[in-house]
Amino acid sequence: MTELVLFWLFAVVAVAGGIGMLLNLRNTVASALCLVLTMLALACLFVLLLAQFVGVIQVMVYAGAIIVLFLFVIMLLNMERDTLGAETYPVVKVLAAIFTVAVGIKLATVVATLRTPWAEVDEAFGTTREFGQALFTDYVLPFELASILLIAGIVGAIVLAKQRLE
Amino acid sequence: MSVPIFYYQALAAVLFALGVLGVLTRRNVIVIFMSIELMLNAANLSLVAFSRLWGSIDGQVFVFMVMVVAAVEVAVGLAIVISLVRNRDTVNIEDTSLLRW
Repeated sequence: MTELVLFWLFAVVAVAGGIGMLLNLRNTVASALCLVLTMLALACLFVLLLAQFVGVIQVMVYAGAIIVLFLFVIMLLNMERDTLGAETYPVVKVLAAIFTVAVGIKLATVVATLRTPWAEVDEAFGTTREFGQALFTDYVLPFELASILLIAGIVGAIVLAKQRLE
Repeated sequence: MSVPIFYYQALAAVLFALGVLGVLTRRNVIVIFMSIELMLNAANLSLVAFSRLWGSIDGQVFVFMVMVVAAVEVAVGLAIVISLVRNRDTVNIEDTSLLRW
């Protein structure tokens, strides 16, 4: 019962954050802060699903690093609100809404057929220990490849964003 | 576990649909980026829920990889936005349609 209440609480917060991000037409900083709300709610849901480690890195990487990067860039660019440009035409909005509802209904009808019961898991499920064991045994090659990807990303970001030297 | 798996997947579907709506309707590049992040997060929720459903840790490792790729994507994407503003002085994607048909 407690779990159901917590689920609804975090689900409502997550969806409210997502809607808030979309409806903030004039203030990009407010959009980013709404996205933080969604990500923190999702971190709580991860903990509810016994994914403690993933919940913690969700807070640190998403709500921490990625959103701070977004806010940093928004404030660095310091765009005048008018130069953000008009939002899109009403026709496109209506078409986009129809398409989105179609996507949502399709996804909902697929997941509505799920009736599999939850598996029984032991105490250690989702802890850092078990997660690390999986990461450094079965998934050690993807892990190393991820580090190469990160290096490539860092170099690419610096090359793209650095000031041209005369 | 008193919450059915269906609830978690439905929430992921709703968040994904919100992300799609954001990409389709907003014209600010940074907000479009944030909508993409929202879609990635919806997929992460789905993966974590299925990982718990089958009692297997593999889904969580996959979420970890998605987060790594998302972090790299944001770093490179925002660098592109910065260089876009520096060269074109705009964050509106309507102004950067050179490669569109």
